[in-house]
Amino acid sequence: MRIDLGIISSYVKANQDVLDLGCGDGALLSLLRDQKSINGVGLENDHEKITECIEKNIAVVEHDLNKGLQQFDSNSYDVVIMTLALQAMQRPDHVLDEMLRIGNECIVTFPNFGHWRARLHLMFYGKMPVSDLLPYQWYDTPNIHFCTVKDFEKLCAEKNIFIIHKDMVYENKCTSFLCKSYPNLFSETAIYHLTRN
Amino acid sequence: MDEFPQGSVGLVQPKTQHFPTPLLLANGRVLPDYQLIYETYGELNANKSNAVLICHALSGDHHAAGFHSSEDKQPGWWNNYVGPGKAINTDDFFVVSINNLGGCNGSTGPLTLNKETGRPWGADFPTLRVRDWVESQKHLADLLGIKRWAAIAGGSLGGMQAMRWAIEYPERVGHCITIASALKLTAQNIAFNETARQAIMADPEFFNGNYNEHGTIPKHGLAVARMIGHITYLSGDGMGEKFGRELRSGSFSLGCNDPLEFEIESYLRYQGAKFSTQFDANTYILMTRALDYFDLAREYKDNAIDAFNHATCKFLVISFTTDWRFSPKRSKEIVQALLHAKKSVSYAEIESSYGHDAFLVPNKRYNDVFSSFMKNIAADIKSLSNKSFSSEPGEF
Repeated sequence: MRIDLGIISSYVKANQDVLDLGCGDGALLSLLRDQKSINGVGLENDHEKITECIEKNIAVVEHDLNKGLQQFDSNSYDVVIMTLALQAMQRPDHVLDEMLRIGNECIVTFPNFGHWRARLHLMFYGKMPVSDLLPYQWYDTPNIHFCTVKDFEKLCAEKNIFIIHKDMVYENKCTSFLCKSYPNLFSETAIYHLTRN
Repeated sequence: MDEFPQGSVGLVQPKTQHFPTPLLLANGRVLPDYQLIYETYGELNANKSNAVLICHALSGDHHAAGFHSSEDKQPGWWNNYVGPGKAINTDDFFVVSINNLGGCNGSTGPLTLNKETGRPWGADFPTLRVRDWVESQKHLADLLGIKRWAAIAGGSLGGMQAMRWAIEYPERVGHCITIASALKLTAQNIAFNETARQAIMADPEFFNGNYNEHGTIPKHGLAVARMIGHITYLSGDGMGEKFGRELRSGSFSLGCNDPLEFEIESYLRYQGAKFSTQFDANTYILMTRALDYFDLAREYKDNAIDAFNHATCKFLVISFTTDWRFSPKRSKEIVQALLHAKKSVSYAEIESSYGHDAFLVPNKRYNDVFSSFMKNIAADIKSLSNKSFSSEPGEF
């Protein structure tokens, strides 16, 4: 099991209504169904992944997230989740607003661009970082809005968003301590559980 | 069976069921008695939990899959998706396909003798609504001992029947599959139907619908009605790809005065002529009216969310990109209402150049989505039957 999925699951309460934006192959929703008996639905645009969700008996609706979420009523879900997709949105700040309009709470995860390797890559090679997690070139990447842990928390503060939980995912145990002390330098993936103040 | 293509249910024999109990219709009239013709494919399991109902569209009938004889070249209308190993897998499911009441292929309809007058019903056959079909289908389900359909599936008008079932008899529907359908028709859609009806009614051989008594058939009107329908079932691009401006006969060379005919003209005329001898004009009028009258939410304060609140089944909704008669927008309205009602729904918008007809045509992604959804239903049925079997010894 992916470690970030386990952390997200720990934020979700039993039987909650969950909307997963960009739900991929439905791995998170099936975990939440099995562990927390949630009522979940995912939105996804990738055809193959939609079929994979249906194979897993996960409710999935074909939808392009960049076309907005106006069709969803305010406060219609307990939790709205977006994993590793915020940085691919045209306006991540608007998406965050929408997630907290539709859901009472939201959970977002994003790759931390402040990670030391990304910093070193840019410093030594003078080129945009390409890694296993983010295997794209600058011109073909869907990730058009990278941010760091610091950037994200600044946005939350500006928007008066309250951070209920946060967890940083790091590559191995050696960096566990460092990650806790210097999350912006050592976390690969940041996980935030948010609500409106 | 060997002589039929692989993946086909092979030779099928329609069955007829007579219902002596009067049926009260939505418009207040009563059918004193009636019969339904239907086909079944696959085997009903011991606890009768694997039944799937297929609902047909405007010009469909009970013959959804397989062949009626070894000389039969044309299989049933949904043969691409119903059969062994297909999306509606007849190795897993017991499939029931009924010719709707008011039809012209063996179920009671305008061609049937009205016992009160001793003449065919003709134009006097009662106007039907989708809920009347659901009622009559329910009576057949009762007779077959099917308390709950594992799934009800249909395209277009068939999708409307599936949704009506889901909200009127929630305890009897496990899954609802609505393909290329809508909560209700748009004004434009009704307009096409009315134009088709007017073409039939304007035919001098129509005689106000009592053409049987005059020994005529309004075949020209019915052919034009079919041509109008056919144009709207195809996409502009699809038609362009298939026919373009190709000529069937004649030439545009200077000095050539031979009669000219475009391929598309010839195709539409052929389709119209073929249909006009196979289908009944009064049934066509009745079916198009049922389409026009359908409004899922009418009895639910015009609120589709209220309507779907009554449903308990899981939904699969599918639309096709080039379908402009029942566009993806209409399917999204269904999905939106279902999401608001907090029902389990999956939705896929399938790329196809076949327009509304795409729900009948082979398409890999459509098949993948449909098959995956049905496989889960089959797996649930199997695990439940195993549980009920294994729990039996414990009772002693």
